[in-house]
Amino acid sequence: MIPAPFAYARPTTVEEALQAIADGGEDVKVLAGGQSLIPVMRLRLAAPEVLVDLTRVEELRGVREDGDMLVIGAMTTHADVLTDPLLAQYGQLIVQATETVADRQVRRRGTFGGALAHADPAGDLPAVALALDAEFVLAGPGGRRTVPAAEFFVDYLTTALEEGELLVEIRVPKLGEGWGVRYEKFNRVAQAWSIVAVAAAVRREGGRIAEARIGLTNMGPTPLRASATEAALVGVDVSMETVTAAAAQAAEGTSPSNDLNAQADYRQHLAQVLTRRALAAAVGL
Amino acid sequence: MTQINVRVDGASYTDDVEPRTLLVHYLREQLGKVGTVVGCDTSNCGACTVHLDGQAVKSCTVFAVQADGCQVTTIEGVATGEGDSATLHPVQRAFHEMHGLQCGFCTPGMIMASIDLLKENPDPSDEEVREGIEGNLCRCTGYQNIVRAVRQAAAEMSGKAADDPQAEPAAVDTAAAEHVAVQA
Repeated sequence: MIPAPFAYARPTTVEEALQAIADGGEDVKVLAGGQSLIPVMRLRLAAPEVLVDLTRVEELRGVREDGDMLVIGAMTTHADVLTDPLLAQYGQLIVQATETVADRQVRRRGTFGGALAHADPAGDLPAVALALDAEFVLAGPGGRRTVPAAEFFVDYLTTALEEGELLVEIRVPKLGEGWGVRYEKFNRVAQAWSIVAVAAAVRREGGRIAEARIGLTNMGPTPLRASATEAALVGVDVSMETVTAAAAQAAEGTSPSNDLNAQADYRQHLAQVLTRRALAAAVGL
Repeated sequence: MTQINVRVDGASYTDDVEPRTLLVHYLREQLGKVGTVVGCDTSNCGACTVHLDGQAVKSCTVFAVQADGCQVTTIEGVATGEGDSATLHPVQRAFHEMHGLQCGFCTPGMIMASIDLLKENPDPSDEEVREGIEGNLCRCTGYQNIVRAVRQAAAEMSGKAADDPQAEPAAVDTAAAEHVAVQA
């Protein structure tokens, strides 16, 4: 299977990329790692007239510190994420989720920003970004703007990115001392998408839980927060009982789909079970 | 058409390609490197795995134009020497010795993924091998001996003797099953 013909642009700076996107007209697509876009183009489910390839835009790669935040370039590959020393120290939730993305070869090409901009509800990184209250820095012809994760994921495969805009970097808080994290994923076979997954980050103060952040993968058209569970955990003693009770509320307000892999009620059950496991692991039970 | 310069298995090529040409099609159809195969065409099976600047990628999910200025290594480029005097790569040899293949279609991709894995993790456990090659499907389901082959290669490449008693191909009972024998 061969994609439909397209014109190809390979910018080397963000400025050139924005220009190429503007010049590309209405039917332009941005190519990041291509591990979702190229399969879709091969199947001719997408046939853009112009493809703007970001692979050579070096300024979009890498991870840096900015005070108590980490700034992750949109074109940082999953493989780079897994070996980055800053993420190893402060971004374990991202690292754990990235380890479960697809397979070794796909992780060599696929990118952190590409996965987020694609916004597949079964993708692993959107729920992590939402749980961390990540900030999305979007560059456009009129300059840059920052969009919080809660507003970035709009609908199924749809984000707040406007026409002509480019996701350039993602800012996440450093999770240091006191935080425990876990990405708990359920899928059928190796390299498969999540049927449901849960991203949990919990901060302990002594024997109590001070703060919990929980993101749900594939429990609706966008990633979701398990808000009721988060609220139920604040200030409680760390124990299997409190964690189990809070996790029972994980599926509240969710609207997962029915598909070949699972029915909605099964997904809601999974969300509770995986939330309990993720929380227990995050707090070290 | 876009002009690209690539080095494939040690030789330099300058070619015109359509931007939509996939790297695997360029390798097979323009360069005749048919050792790299197309399995699923949906980015799942890993049969088309090659090394792009030293990293294993699925060549059905990379455009040939993206390899411009890069080094590509295919299964045809991992042995050293030419013709009859060629020496197989230790991973190739281990797949041979440990019966790491049945029909052989997945083998080029399995070997390229395994070489990449061993560069990063020279002494993987069985589980690490299985995770390392999760992007490669064997439809003969010959995974047991593939895992043994990768571990054998790891032992050889690190200079350790493969003294693990498990380091033998799984016993294959070639005798006819009992009920077949009765019929005969």
